[in-house]
Amino acid sequence: MDKPVNNRAWFLVLPVLLLVAFSAVLPLMTVVNYSVQDTFGGNQFFWAGLDWFEEVLESDRIRAALGRQILFSAIILAIEIPLGIFVALNMPKRGIWASFCLVLMALPLLIPWNVVGTIWQVFGRVDIGLLGHTLKQLGINYNYVNDAVDAWITVIVMDVWHWTSLVALLCYAGLQSIPDAYYQAARIDQASRWKVFRYIELPKMQGVLLIAVLLRFMDSFMIYTEPFVVTGGGPGNATTFLSIDLVKMAVGQFDLGPAAAFSLIYFLVILLISFVFYTVMTKEAK
Amino acid sequence: MTRITLENLAHSYQPKPSHDDDWALKPMNLTWEDGGAYALLGASGCGKSTLLNIISGLLVPSSGRVLFNDRDVTGLPTAERNIAQVFQFPVVYDTMSVRENLAFPLKNRGMPADQIAARVDEVARMIGMTAMLDHRARRLTADSKQKISLGRGMVRQDVNAILFDEPLTVIDPHMKWELRTQLKDLHRRFGHTMIYVTHDQTEALTFADQVVVMHDGRVVQSGTPQALFDAPEHTFVGYFIGSPGMNLLDAHVDGTTAHIAGAQIGLAHGYAPLSGKVQLGIRPEFLRLGSGTQGLPFTIHRIEDVGHHRIIRGKVGDADINVILPEAQEIPADASRVVPDPGRAHIYVDDWRVDPSARERAA
Amino acid sequence: MAAVAESKGRGSTIIMVLYLLFLMLPIYWLLNMSLKTNNEILGAFSLWPKNPTLANYRTILTDPSWYMGYVNSLTYVVMNTAISITVALPAAYAFSRYRFLGDKHLFFWLLTNRMAPAAVFALPFFQLYSSIGLFDTHIAVALAHCLFNVPLAVWILEGFMSGVPREIDETAYIDGYSFPRFFVRIFMPLIASGIGVAAFFCFMFSWVELLLSRTLTSVDAKPIAATMTRTVSASGLDWGVLAAAGMLTIIPGALVIWFVRNYIAKGFALGRV
Repeated sequence: MDKPVNNRAWFLVLPVLLLVAFSAVLPLMTVVNYSVQDTFGGNQFFWAGLDWFEEVLESDRIRAALGRQILFSAIILAIEIPLGIFVALNMPKRGIWASFCLVLMALPLLIPWNVVGTIWQVFGRVDIGLLGHTLKQLGINYNYVNDAVDAWITVIVMDVWHWTSLVALLCYAGLQSIPDAYYQAARIDQASRWKVFRYIELPKMQGVLLIAVLLRFMDSFMIYTEPFVVTGGGPGNATTFLSIDLVKMAVGQFDLGPAAAFSLIYFLVILLISFVFYTVMTKEAK
Repeated sequence: MTRITLENLAHSYQPKPSHDDDWALKPMNLTWEDGGAYALLGASGCGKSTLLNIISGLLVPSSGRVLFNDRDVTGLPTAERNIAQVFQFPVVYDTMSVRENLAFPLKNRGMPADQIAARVDEVARMIGMTAMLDHRARRLTADSKQKISLGRGMVRQDVNAILFDEPLTVIDPHMKWELRTQLKDLHRRFGHTMIYVTHDQTEALTFADQVVVMHDGRVVQSGTPQALFDAPEHTFVGYFIGSPGMNLLDAHVDGTTAHIAGAQIGLAHGYAPLSGKVQLGIRPEFLRLGSGTQGLPFTIHRIEDVGHHRIIRGKVGDADINVILPEAQEIPADASRVVPDPGRAHIYVDDWRVDPSARERAA
Repeated sequence: MAAVAESKGRGSTIIMVLYLLFLMLPIYWLLNMSLKTNNEILGAFSLWPKNPTLANYRTILTDPSWYMGYVNSLTYVVMNTAISITVALPAAYAFSRYRFLGDKHLFFWLLTNRMAPAAVFALPFFQLYSSIGLFDTHIAVALAHCLFNVPLAVWILEGFMSGVPREIDETAYIDGYSFPRFFVRIFMPLIASGIGVAAFFCFMFSWVELLLSRTLTSVDAKPIAATMTRTVSASGLDWGVLAAAGMLTIIPGALVIWFVRNYIAKGFALGRV
């Protein structure tokens, strides 16, 4: 479909442009401004060049946070994408049972993020939480407050709980678009269950999987509220991800310069990795 | 090679069918002879796809049996029936090449690679896709994709039957003709039992040796194209086959005379007294225009020239009547009557044809 | 075909039941706690409330400083949804129907805003809205959330609009419809489900977000999610009230899901399947 060229369409886009310019470009310019200046308090700023960027890039603390962030996102994608596909494959196709599953699955997605954190904070507590209490009864030494590994497991399980449904619902939508004839043809061709998945279901899910991977990558890379509520970034810095670190720096310590430089680098990293995912996944489709 | 028999077969999508309308397929007995080229013809929703899916094993019938030769396959899954099926919309495996698509059914059955390669080449030649064997299936046109589907249906030589479910719906008209000719050709060469579902009478009549007409979940007639034309067993067959279809006129039959719209015409045979809805059926090809007092009173409404003949549309009483006039023939200026050819007229009671000799049926 | 659906056997049902159980258990635990007194929560461990009480809910629903949190949250969420959809509709139409100078770059740039970490924008937003006197107002939060909701709404709506054949537009113009009249009277009803889905997503992301809404408010527009931190008092955490407040934040989401349940599958694919 070739769309007609019409530059007056700009007028239709104008409201969005102004709004997003106001809520994105202006703040972003502030950030850029801070990132290249220094202040000794008051409203006096000095040109600082790229010093802040250097400082951020050389900061062991931020490097460690970046490492944790990448590890976290990698684990999240490695669990949620296959699990989401698996759940979608097992969802009922139609009927009341299907609606029931859809509604229940969408529920965690609509819970405010700090409440998600609260739910898991409570759920995992050894004294009053079902999970923590049960693990203790089973003789497993579990304490997400003091033990870094337990904290990580809790945050990951929480994220899986929170977001796997999004992947599953996206895949489900992809699966719903496959005509029955494909499954019938596969049966006539004596294709095994694996081959049906590999040659029919997976190719048809490719588009939605791209959306799923991108959304899950971006959102897990920006995660702030949920782990902050559960662990506060601890124990130590064990679950201090990039956003938590950034907010500590900007709001807690009011290190505006480094925080701004950090912000820009952070944003660029997300754009870069998203772009890589996008390129790789669409190239495979061709 | 296989003869397929349907024994007291019936199907309903409802778990507990109570009403007659709940049955998608009403009880039927039917035999598809080995090596026949059959068309299963009917309007959409008449149950033809249901029937096809029962034969291929995608559906298990509510009652009755499906026999392949003498073996009961009613409960057998699709894979074990060893049939091939081509669907309405092209089903190709997008990520595979054309070659892999064609090889897929053979590979799944564990055929040795060299045999597969030989067979794929042969089928590719038949469907005219040799040059495209290594293309990705995703980017092909609908025509080519459907050719691949046909090819996948044909690639296994030992299949019991090949089923076609309106396979040419998405194909361009000029390609339709070509593919249909190819199918016919393949049938002649390999002698598979082929069942071809369609709602298009031209497709059915040109493809099949034997046409099975379905209406409202019932097989209303099975016969050669000629038989369907000459002696439709059911008014639906008369109406559905032919263009335009058979004319039907409410009649009162008394022995060898039919009273229609206040006029009388003679019949070729005598009938016992009939009860129910009695109709006289006559194809437009067997009516001619006349004047004076012969035949039935007719008013012309419209004349359509369709090239090799003309169709005259008009009314006898309240009934719409079509007459086909060969191109050379003139329309008489005073045409006010239509005259049926008595030998070509049939009498229908409650939509079923009455045989003049079979008097019991009328009662 | 029925036969295909039936082939999903008992295994699938078990898997789905287990998965749903995993999803519901933590929520059940919150509900369980919300119906207990603080003493019962901290005292004996029990799988269900022994003496169910609605006292925690009563606390919230009778105290303005609590329930105003809900009013504030709902206010800015509804404002944000209305703004996002209103500006996104014409833009999505432009992207789905025309090519124009820089259209692809613009679309991509819009989407990059969806990738902007809220943490990056928290401080600049605070300064921006303080400087123009909008700090601690509903509109400030609503505008801030437009950062990620407008791109998303444009994206979803564009997907749905591209599914509507362009002949419909042309027919309407030939019939003498002006653009605004055509858009409102003919086009919008056609993509009603798309608008519903886009609104659902705007509602969802605005409702669940906390970092920006907390940064931009202090008293008058404070969202419920931020109010919840109040439960920490001298005597420790008031677990029962916290749980009840949490349960109440789930309800609007559950209601919204119920209304769009028939479009969820298509909606999650953003109309692109």
